[in-house]
Amino acid sequence: MTTVTPEPLPTERPRGCPFDPPSGLRDRPRLSRMVYADGHVGWLVTGHALARSVAADRRFSSRHELMRLPVARAGFTGPLPPATPGMFIGLDAPEHTRYRRLLAGKFTVRRMNTLAERVGEITAECLDAMAAHGPGLDLVPVFAQAVPALVICELLGVPTDDRERFQRLAEAANDLDAGLEETQAAMEELGGYIAGLVREKAETPTDDLLSDLTTGDLSFEELVTVGTLLLGAGLDTTANMLGLGVFALLTHPDQIPVMREGPEAVEKAVEELLRYLTIAHTGVRVALEDVELAGQVIRAGESVTIAAQAANRDPEKFADPDTLDLRRDSAGHLSFGHGPHQCLGQQLARVELRVALAGLFARFPTLRLAVPADEVPVRRHADIHGVHSLPVTWDGE
Amino acid sequence: MGIVIDRSLCVGAGMCALSAPGVFDQDPDEGTVTPVGGAAPDPGDPAVRRAVDTCPSGAITLAP
Repeated sequence: MTTVTPEPLPTERPRGCPFDPPSGLRDRPRLSRMVYADGHVGWLVTGHALARSVAADRRFSSRHELMRLPVARAGFTGPLPPATPGMFIGLDAPEHTRYRRLLAGKFTVRRMNTLAERVGEITAECLDAMAAHGPGLDLVPVFAQAVPALVICELLGVPTDDRERFQRLAEAANDLDAGLEETQAAMEELGGYIAGLVREKAETPTDDLLSDLTTGDLSFEELVTVGTLLLGAGLDTTANMLGLGVFALLTHPDQIPVMREGPEAVEKAVEELLRYLTIAHTGVRVALEDVELAGQVIRAGESVTIAAQAANRDPEKFADPDTLDLRRDSAGHLSFGHGPHQCLGQQLARVELRVALAGLFARFPTLRLAVPADEVPVRRHADIHGVHSLPVTWDGE
Repeated sequence: MGIVIDRSLCVGAGMCALSAPGVFDQDPDEGTVTPVGGAAPDPGDPAVRRAVDTCPSGAITLAP
């Protein structure tokens, strides 16, 4: 067996391939030693089957205070503070399960499907605004960010007037180049706003998710944290999936007609875009005990980085993985993660992506990039992959 | 061989209801898996197999 020297997590995407995982990542074996930001020597998983089994194995923890950071955040190498009450993404069962039980009913497939019509109306409003502006604009603010922001604000019961402020704060929270103080200030500002809103909803409930939650058994502190998490997650993720997704489609124009072939084709297409782009590309777990994995022993306390973007391009799971093929069966991709922490809002994201992308390409059949593909500014160093802007144009009416 | 459902493990991700909507639904309050109708899920049904394969928490499994 060959011994591979522990290396840091590769983060540099290959030049001219904005949709591909960092090239160094593809060269790593499915399980290898990795040096973390603070010098900890842990592990890196790139294989699909292994990534799945680590994410689902309850001997691996998601607790923030146990976790080592795969890469430094503006010089900050960790450790992270323990999750505060309500910060369910950094907790294990049974605490985590309690939050999931309180929240999962709000995001069921059935409930999200009933939102499709409203998402369609919101999308149509954004597309109307594009048409009114005329050909030649940046698609990110008017479409990619606008649709998910309007949807999550309406669902939670957050006034949309302050939308641009939230957008900036959520972006700051996911930017690895932003200073820690900047990130924390952004989170605190968002939290402060949500706190005011939670107080209002508790006093005068309205017909929305946040009001609904105030009648349950979450404390005020928990409500603020959960509300901030849901708003933050709903803003930045789907927005980047839409921006990067449209970019991918415009650079693969032979695939675009699939988006006009009806709901079933669009459902499959969205799963393939999720797989191919894997915007939430990295997750971390920590062994709570010694665990044998693929012939190696992960010692208790060692961190394991799950490179979902590599796992989703594992040729053992997906044939010809570097090809974007909207007709393929992409079920089983790890773009929403796997295991008990799999994305709570994934069914909402699916509905938004299907409705918004199908709507866009139906309304603007001649949509195309307004600049050469290599001039589209791509996020280089962020927890969530995406584009900063997407200049597009189309044939005017 | 049959399908085993352990709701204590379920995290309400909805992959079963997405994969096999005629077979699995979700509890409206907790989001956890609920079988549709009275019949036991058929492990020979490709949609049911997909629900098993994509269940993130191991709440739906194939009994040996």
